[in-house]
Amino acid sequence: MSEFWSDVRQIASEVLAPFQGMARVGVKIIEPTTVLSYPEFRRPMGRRARWRHVLNRYDNGMEKCIGCSLCAGACPANAILVVAGENTDQDRKSPGERFAERYEINMLRCIYCGFCQESCPTGAIELKDIFELAEDSRKKLIYTKEMLLVPDPQLERID
Amino acid sequence: MSELINSPVWRDLFVNSADNIPWYAEFVRSLLRFVIALAGGLGSVPILVWLERRLLGFWQGRLGPNRVGPFGLLQPMADALKLMMKEDITPTNVDKALYYLAPAIALVPVICSLTVLPWNSSSDWGAVAPHLNVGILFLLAVASIEVYGVILAGWSSNNKYSLLGGLRASSQVISYELGMGLSIIAVLLMTGTLAMQELVHSQTIAANVPIPDSNYSVWTQSVSAGFWNWNIFKLFPFGLVAAIVYMISMIAETNRAPFDLPEAETELVAGFHTEYTSFKFAMFFMGEYANMMIVSAICVTLFLGGYTAPWGILGQLPASWTFFPTSVLNFVNHVVIAPAWLFIKLYTLISFFILVRASQPRLRYDMLMHFGWKVLLPTALANVVLVATSMALQQLFGAVGHFIAVGIAACLATIVLWVAYLHWKARKSGDEASRLPIRRESVVRAIAARMPVED
Repeated sequence: MSEFWSDVRQIASEVLAPFQGMARVGVKIIEPTTVLSYPEFRRPMGRRARWRHVLNRYDNGMEKCIGCSLCAGACPANAILVVAGENTDQDRKSPGERFAERYEINMLRCIYCGFCQESCPTGAIELKDIFELAEDSRKKLIYTKEMLLVPDPQLERID
Repeated sequence: MSELINSPVWRDLFVNSADNIPWYAEFVRSLLRFVIALAGGLGSVPILVWLERRLLGFWQGRLGPNRVGPFGLLQPMADALKLMMKEDITPTNVDKALYYLAPAIALVPVICSLTVLPWNSSSDWGAVAPHLNVGILFLLAVASIEVYGVILAGWSSNNKYSLLGGLRASSQVISYELGMGLSIIAVLLMTGTLAMQELVHSQTIAANVPIPDSNYSVWTQSVSAGFWNWNIFKLFPFGLVAAIVYMISMIAETNRAPFDLPEAETELVAGFHTEYTSFKFAMFFMGEYANMMIVSAICVTLFLGGYTAPWGILGQLPASWTFFPTSVLNFVNHVVIAPAWLFIKLYTLISFFILVRASQPRLRYDMLMHFGWKVLLPTALANVVLVATSMALQQLFGAVGHFIAVGIAACLATIVLWVAYLHWKARKSGDEASRLPIRRESVVRAIAARMPVED
C-alpha cells in the first residue's frame, strides 16, 4: 500500500510539474530584470579587452609610430599596411628617423590577436576597448591613420 | 442635426429594425459591420504581436521591444514595414499556382470566421452576420479550411522540411479538431442553439427590452447575471471539462507552443513557411495571429460569457444616472462596455496562452498524437455522453439527476484512472527490471547471426 501512495505522489508531482513551471515563469513579470539598456548604459569592459586599435602619441603631441612595419610583419592576417616617410627638421611627426606616412588596418581581416601591440617597439599601436565596429560597406572598414590616431593632446589644451 | 437624425434615410440606416429597411440600408449596414469587424480583428494583430513579444520578454527575464514608440508600441508597425520592404523571392522549382495561393488560403478563412463573432447584444449591430443561426457550424467549417493553406504551402515549396511541416500540421489539426468539435457539441447540448448571440444570451439572465422611440429591441443583462451562469460552470464539472478540452485543442489548432511541431525551428527550420518571404510571409504571420485571436474569442464566447460582464452590475452604467439621456446610457452600455469586456477576457486568455508558450517545452510528435487520440478525444466523447445523460436524468428526476450523472462520471473516471495507473506501473517496472538485459542479449544474438563464420 505504501508503494501505491509513493506512486500516487510521483504521478501527482509529474502532473503538477507544468503548473509549477508556469508559476515559476509567471512570477518573473514582477521581478526586476537584470537587463542593462545598452546604448545608454555600457557595461565596463575588462582591463585586458582587445578591440579596435589606436595609434598613440607622446605627451608633447609627437606620434609614437616610427613606421618600422614590425606590426605588419607580425600580423598573422596581413591586415596592416605601413608606408614609411622620412622625418625632416622642418616637419617632424615622430621622434625617430621615419614616421608612418600611410597606416591602414583592414578591420575585416583583423583577428584581434594583439600581435601588433606586442611587436611594437615604441608602444604606438594598442588595442583598446572600443567595440562598436559595425559598418554598412567594406570600404568603411579599412581604417586609415587619421581614424586610428588619438587626438593631439597639445591641440586640446586650453591654457 | 435633429433634422438629420429624424430624417427617414437616417432612421433606415441606423435606427429601424432590420426587418423593414430598404436593400441599400441593409447593404450599408453590412459594410459598416464588416469594417468594424476588420478593424477589431485585424487591427488587434499588431497589439497581439506587441503583447506577445513584451510578455515573453518579461517572462524570460528580458524587457522585450521597448524602443520604437512609447513602451515599444510601434514595434509591430516597424516589423510590418520591414516585411513589406523585403525582396519577394520565389524559388525556382516551386509549384507557382499553389505557392501563390497558399498564403491567401491561410488568411482568408480567418477573416471569414470574424463574421459570426458577436461583440455586443444588439440584434442588428452585434456581429457581421448577427442573424446567422448556424454560427458555430459555419465557424467550424471555415476554420478547418485554414489548414489547407499550411499544407499547400508545405507541398508547393518543393522543400523537404516545408513538406514535413505541412504534413505535421495536417495530421495535428485533423487530430485535434475532433476533440475541439466534441467539446463544442457539449456546449451546444447544454445551450440548445447554434447561433453565436443566443449562445451568449443563454449564459446570462437576459431580457428582451424594447428600445423606446424605435421599433427594435436589445437583449439587456439583468443585474443577477454573472460568471456563475457561464458555460464553463454549467453542469459542473462537464462544462469545465469541455472548456479545458477546447482550450488545449485550440492551442494545437493554432500551432502554438507547446504544440508548435509544424513550425519547429530547431527541427524543421520553421516548417511550412521556410520558402516564403516578404508579403507572403506577412500573410501567414498575420493569419496565424488573427487565428489565435479568433479561436480565443470563440472560447470566450462559448465558455466565458462572451461580451457579458462577470458580474451584471459591472456590465452597465447604473440606471439611476438619470442625468444622462437613456440613449446615451444605452450607447455606452452596448458600444463601449460590452466590447470592452470581450476584449478584457480575450486578452486575459491570450496572456495565459503566451505564459504557456513561455514555460512549456515542445512535445514529441508521438506524444502529441497519443495525447490527441488517446486522451483528449475519449475525454471529450465521454463528456458529450455524460452531458446528455445529465440532461436526460434532469428531465426525469429534476436537479438530483445531475448528481447521478456526476456519480456515473466519477465511477468512470476512477475505473479509467485505475487502469491507466496499472498500465503505468507495468510499464515502469518493465522499464526498470527487464529492459537493458533483454535488449543487450537480443542485440548480441542479432550481431552474432550476421557475423561471418571463421574457420
